[in-house]
This record gives sequence, C-alpha cells and structure tokens, in this order.
Amino acid sequence: MLELINIRKRLGGQEVLRGVNLKVGQGEKVVVIGRSGCGKSVMLKHIMGLLSPDDGTVIFEGTRLTGLGEEAWNPYRRKIGMLFQGAALFDSLSVFENLAFPLREEGEKNEDVLRGKVAEALKIVSLGGTEEKMPAELSGGMKKRAALARAIIRRPDLMLYDEPTTGLDPIVADSINRLILHLGKMFGMASIVVTHDMTSARMVGDRISYLHEGKIYFEGTPEQVDRCEDPLVRDFVRGHAQGIDVTG
Amino acid sequence: MVRVGKVFNFAGVVGGMVTHSCRTAGGVFLLLADTIRTMFRYRVRWDQLLEQMYFIGIRSQVVVLTTGAFTGAVFAAQVWFQFKRFGMESAIGPTVSIAMCRELGPVLCSLLLAGRVGAAMAAELSSMKITEQVDALRALGVYPTEYLIVPRFLALVLSAPVLTGMALVTGIGVGYFVAVQIFGVDGAYYWDNTIKYTDRKDVLIALIKAVIFGVIIAAIACHKGMNCPPGTAGVGKTTTEAVVNASLAVLITNFFLTVLLNAVLYSN
Ligand SMILES: Nc1ncnc2c1ncn2[C@@H]1O[C@H](COP(=O)(O)OP(=O)(O)O)[C@@H](O)[C@H]1O
Ligand SMILES: [Mg+2]
Repeated sequence: MLELINIRKRLGGQEVLRGVNLKVGQGEKVVVIGRSGCGKSVMLKHIMGLLSPDDGTVIFEGTRLTGLGEEAWNPYRRKIGMLFQGAALFDSLSVFENLAFPLREEGEKNEDVLRGKVAEALKIVSLGGTEEKMPAELSGGMKKRAALARAIIRRPDLMLYDEPTTGLDPIVADSINRLILHLGKMFGMASIVVTHDMTSARMVGDRISYLHEGKIYFEGTPEQVDRCEDPLVRDFVRGHAQGIDVTG
Repeated sequence: MVRVGKVFNFAGVVGGMVTHSCRTAGGVFLLLADTIRTMFRYRVRWDQLLEQMYFIGIRSQVVVLTTGAFTGAVFAAQVWFQFKRFGMESAIGPTVSIAMCRELGPVLCSLLLAGRVGAAMAAELSSMKITEQVDALRALGVYPTEYLIVPRFLALVLSAPVLTGMALVTGIGVGYFVAVQIFGVDGAYYWDNTIKYTDRKDVLIALIKAVIFGVIIAAIACHKGMNCPPGTAGVGKTTTEAVVNASLAVLITNFFLTVLLNAVLYSN
C-alpha cells in the first residue's frame, strides 16, 4: 500500500537520506530502527508530505504523491495518521478540542456525535474523562496517548509512529506497545513504527528495517535481526558501543 | 595582499547580507500573496477571526488610547510654546489635528501594534512551529496559511484603522484639553479652526496608512514565525527580529506613503 522508492534528501547542508527504499503491505507492521539523528523522523515526514524529497518517489495506494502541491496532498494525509515525536498536541486547545479537530475538519458539526467519538477514542487509549484538560496538564505518556487518539480518530489506513516509547518509563512504554498491536488488530491498519527501543521493535514489528547512513542497511523479521551477524546491526541490537565512535 | 583579502571578505559579508534581505523580502511578499489567495479560496474561520480580533482589537485599546492621549497632549504643549511667540495661537488646533491624522496617529499606533501584536504573532507561530504543531496541522490535512495566518492577518488589518481612529480622536481631544484648559487658549476659536482646516482627506490618509501598516506588520510577523529556526532560542530571536523589522518597515514605508498619498490626493 505504501512504497518509498530511492528517497534522497539534503537538509542543512548534509545528505540525510541517501536513497531509502521501503515497502509496507496491507495491514503490515514495519519497524524502522536506527541511531538518533540518522533521519528516521525525516523519512516519516516524507510519507506525510511534510517534506518533499530531492529525488525519489512516494507511492500510496497506487497513487504517486511526490510532486503534489501542499493542498493536493490533503486528501491523502487524511488516510494516514501520524504520532509525532513530541506529541504535537495543539496547546491552545483542550484535549476534547484536539481530538474533535480532525472530525470537525471533515465537516462533523453535531456536538453529541463529536462527544461520543472523542470519548470512545480516549477510552481506547485509557484516557477516559480527560476531555476538559489542557495539554500542559498532562504527563509525557498521557500526551503521547492523547496524540495517538487524535491520530486514529479518523481510522487511517496507515499509522506512522515516531518514537512512541522514547522518554517513557518501561511500564507506560509497554502499554503503548500493546496499544499499537491492539490498534493494528482492531482496525487492520498498517503501521510504520520508528524507534531505537529494541524491546518495542521486537514486540510490534512483523518486519524490522535498520536505517543507517541514509539507507535501509538491513531488513528482516525480528528473528532474522536477532540472528544477524553483521557487526553494525549486532551492536545496535545488543546496545554495544564497540566499533562505533562514541558521539551521541 | 592581506588588505585585499579583507576587502573581499568585507564585500562577501555585505553581499551575503544583501542577498539575505532580498530573500527575506521575497519570502514576505510570497506569504502575502498566498494569504490573499487563501483568503478568497476558503471559508473564513469566524471563531479564529473573532478570537484574534478580541486579542488585537479589544485588548490593545488601553495601550493605543494612552499613546494617542499623551502624544496629543505633548504635541499641543510644544506647538503652544512655539506658536505663541509668533502670536499664532489660532493655528494650534489645526496643527495638532493634522499632525495627529497624517503622521503621529497612524505611525505611533502601528509601532505599538508591531510591539504588542507583531511580537505575539511571531512568538505564537514560532513556538507552534518548533513543537511540530504546524506539521501536525498539515498532517491533519489543514493548510496552515488558512488556519493560522489568514485570521491573524484579517484581524490586524481590520483592527488597525479602527484603533488608529480611536487614537486620533483621543489625541485631538486631549490636545484641546491641554491647550484650552491648561494654557488658556480660547476654546471656541481653537475648535472652530480645527474643524475648518482639518480635511476629510487627512482622516483618509490616517486610515489608509493604518491599513497598509497592518498588512506590513502581519506579513512580517507571520513570515518570521513560520520560518523560525529549530530550538527555543529561535523563538526569542524570531520575536525580536519580527518587532524590529516590522517597526523599521513601518517607518520607512511611511515616508514613501506620505509622498505618494500627497501626490495622489492633492494632485489637482
Ligand atoms: N528542518 C531541518 N533542517 C536542517 N536539518 C534538519 C532538519 N530536520 C532534521 N535535520 C537533520 O537531519 C538529521 C536527521 O534528523 P531526524 O530525522 O530528526 O533524526 P532521528 O532519526 O533522530 O529522528 C539530523 O542530523 C538533523 O539535524
Ligand atoms: Mg526523530
């Protein structure tokens, strides 16, 4: 359903993506792992059309999206949900207004319908009853879950998760991983999960891709990744700093 | 040789500054064109517009009225000090009112709006930008120009002439009070001359200037905010630059507008 073909992108004078190829099938859960700053967020932003590639193509459900204008992207963006690294809730709006926002944009005006749908989405992410809170009053994990509820409220065909568990304690992280699995089962949505958390990657991924130096360096099932003898992949998976100069 | 190198280096720095300014100015014009196009293509978001109108129009009144009042007061006092030496007390009223309308009202009011509203716009948009809220908006299929910029732009462009009008009325009123009550100029005479020599065109100049300054402030502040570099330091820098650039642009444009409006309105 989604295909990235040879995506290249320069940002701030350095070539961040150097020909990324990635394929996601219907209902498939792909995990992209890679070190901080290797371009994982940049890659996701290309799928959403938030950045446009210098070279290469994004194909979604058979349509070539690359080269579409900002406003022509919008119908496709509505079929893709994205959980941003920093949650990106609108901080001038309450949790209810944040979740109702995508529905209102689709033309839903009935307050009762909105209340119902928002309550349902909040219940899925175990945040029932927080409608009237402002984003600033929520903890980091709650913000991520509220943002997740906002992203799935229109039932996208594809969900993009940008480091959903980074910065959360292991228990909250585990609940988010379960949520990702649950959403995939419940709505049959495909997903791309970007992370550098291997526990999370093993748990939610049908397939794991290792992004390194702007390219997909290795691809395989979680078992194949665990068994992989390539030093770069092995060090990342086991969390060793050997063979890699200590930078960050 | 070293000196030649320094000259080239200097030329490079100046050249870099010039290209940077040109690029920024180009960016501001593109944003302006996009805003106007978007304004006609989408339904106006009344809730957003009213919220901005409230912030800009209602919440700026105290500042604007105070400015108008004290400008009128100090100007009337200065004019009285000078004019009484030549026995020109009868000219004080019209001098104050014409100066308020043509220059002081619109320019000072706009400088205050640049400081208050321009800063708020730049700070708000740039913090939305660095916390990825602008990207989140785009990801939800909403065009940021339409949702964020058009309401701010319209609210400022509509509020600026109204606020300027209020500053004018206050300034002229307080000028009258200072001249008549404090310095003992004949009230009826003062008022009569003010009405007689203040033209409808003087008020028109004030309003035209206010609208154009509103456009300039909104465009510069929104452009700065939407192009904020990442990081929290970027927000502060962006806000300061927005206020400074908008204020300078207002002052510089004011000179050309004065010449232009004079040529257009008083051509016959
Ligand atoms: N808007 C931008 N301008 C310039 N450089 C950027 C921009 N966004 C990202 N980068 C750079 O691209 C690289 C990859 O960033 P990112 O995709 O955020 O990394 P991560 O894999 O941790 O998500 C980083 O070196 C970052 O500095
Ligand atoms: Mg990232």
